[in-house]
Amino acid sequence: MSDLVRSYLTVAIFGAASIGLVGITLGLARILRPPTRTDNKQKLLAYESGVDPVGGDWAQSQIRYYVFAVLFVIFDVEAVFIFPWAVRLEVYGVFGLIEMLIFIVILLLGLVYAWRKGVLRWV
Amino acid sequence: MIGLVYWQETAIKLAVILGVIPVTSLILVYLFLFKMMAFMQSRLGPMITGPHGTLQLIAEAIKFLQKEDIHPDNADKHVFALAPIVVLMSTFLLYVILPAGPDLIVEDLDVGIFYALAVSSLSALGVLMAGWASANKYALLGGLRAAGQLIAYELPLVLATMGVIIQAETMSLQGIVHAQANFSIFGLDSGMPFIFTQIVGFAIFMIAAQAELTQTPFDMPVAETELVGGFHIEYTGFRFLLFFMAEFGTAFAFAAIASVLFLGGWSLPFVDPNENWLNFVGPGVMLFKILILAAIIFWVRFTVPRLREDQLQKFAWKVLIPVSLVNIAVTGLIKVAV
Repeated sequence: MSDLVRSYLTVAIFGAASIGLVGITLGLARILRPPTRTDNKQKLLAYESGVDPVGGDWAQSQIRYYVFAVLFVIFDVEAVFIFPWAVRLEVYGVFGLIEMLIFIVILLLGLVYAWRKGVLRWV
Repeated sequence: MIGLVYWQETAIKLAVILGVIPVTSLILVYLFLFKMMAFMQSRLGPMITGPHGTLQLIAEAIKFLQKEDIHPDNADKHVFALAPIVVLMSTFLLYVILPAGPDLIVEDLDVGIFYALAVSSLSALGVLMAGWASANKYALLGGLRAAGQLIAYELPLVLATMGVIIQAETMSLQGIVHAQANFSIFGLDSGMPFIFTQIVGFAIFMIAAQAELTQTPFDMPVAETELVGGFHIEYTGFRFLLFFMAEFGTAFAFAAIASVLFLGGWSLPFVDPNENWLNFVGPGVMLFKILILAAIIFWVRFTVPRLREDQLQKFAWKVLIPVSLVNIAVTGLIKVAV
């Protein structure tokens, strides 16, 4: 097995172990806690400060979160491209620097455009 | 290392990490949430359970274990049950790449810091699942706010590490520690933590980490006064404790990452980072640095009032992201020029 595969095998083992840990503790809790009493229907309502919930289960929410999520995707992809560049900058030298500055400036222009369009305003 | 096969080594590491995570949560909760907060508010904090209340959190954990596990009628049962596990898993996976000495690391991944940032954003998914599956208006609002906040501050967090990566020329956390031990400015041959050259990056990283951890002043997702409990409003008993443990475990992990990136990790000035005895001293040095950074995080938490949602987004997009992009450009320029 190569070192690369082996190191990610460790990550997978740790992921599995975290699920196992939660499973064991939840099992322990199941033994220790009293059974959930469901004879009182009020108890299983959503807790909204003591007032009975009005309307459907899932309320509608603002579109603004979606707009920010789209902006986020753009900049997160940018970050993915900057990572390998940052590691190898010494090798690329001035050429790499100028290339990346152009890339960053284009994205900054995008941010400025979104700013001017009022996307970044929380309304 | 002694000749151990892979499985034995992994089993030992797993046992150590399984011990470390609850202990770190205990230390942070006791030192900062119980005692520092109490002293800052002219209280004593818990005093009854154990000497000076040191066992208080263990008593609380046992209490939570005995609570009923209530699932609301309208909740999406499976997603509701799965959400705290996703959040805790993201915390757990962070500990894989935290170094505590020259050989003390679970797995020194080549993409260390990239992996840490990727894994830590898993928790946004867990929080959104919790908020959505609860079928509660407060929880939904809290979950959406949390997701909006976590993604907005993810960017400055990622971009702030870039300056360190440019200087260290590696993403591996051990590599970054070594780079700082061998780094010198002003002709000093002692090794120099990157905080001296990356002070802007450090400030951005700490602010963004504060928001990623949803600590005050960025705690709108769980704001008691407006959303009761935010995304974990419907969780009772042990599932709530999982969220709580994950919060403090992640706080510890972020403080550890910041101390590796900016404060030199386990290395000491004037000491060759390959010395074997650093394996024994390293964890202590790391813990010291982590506690200092965690103290800053919780100090801010107990002192600063909550921001408004629009101020929060404005601060991330209009201040932190442009500043961190400029920071990358300036660091790259100096790196190439010198």
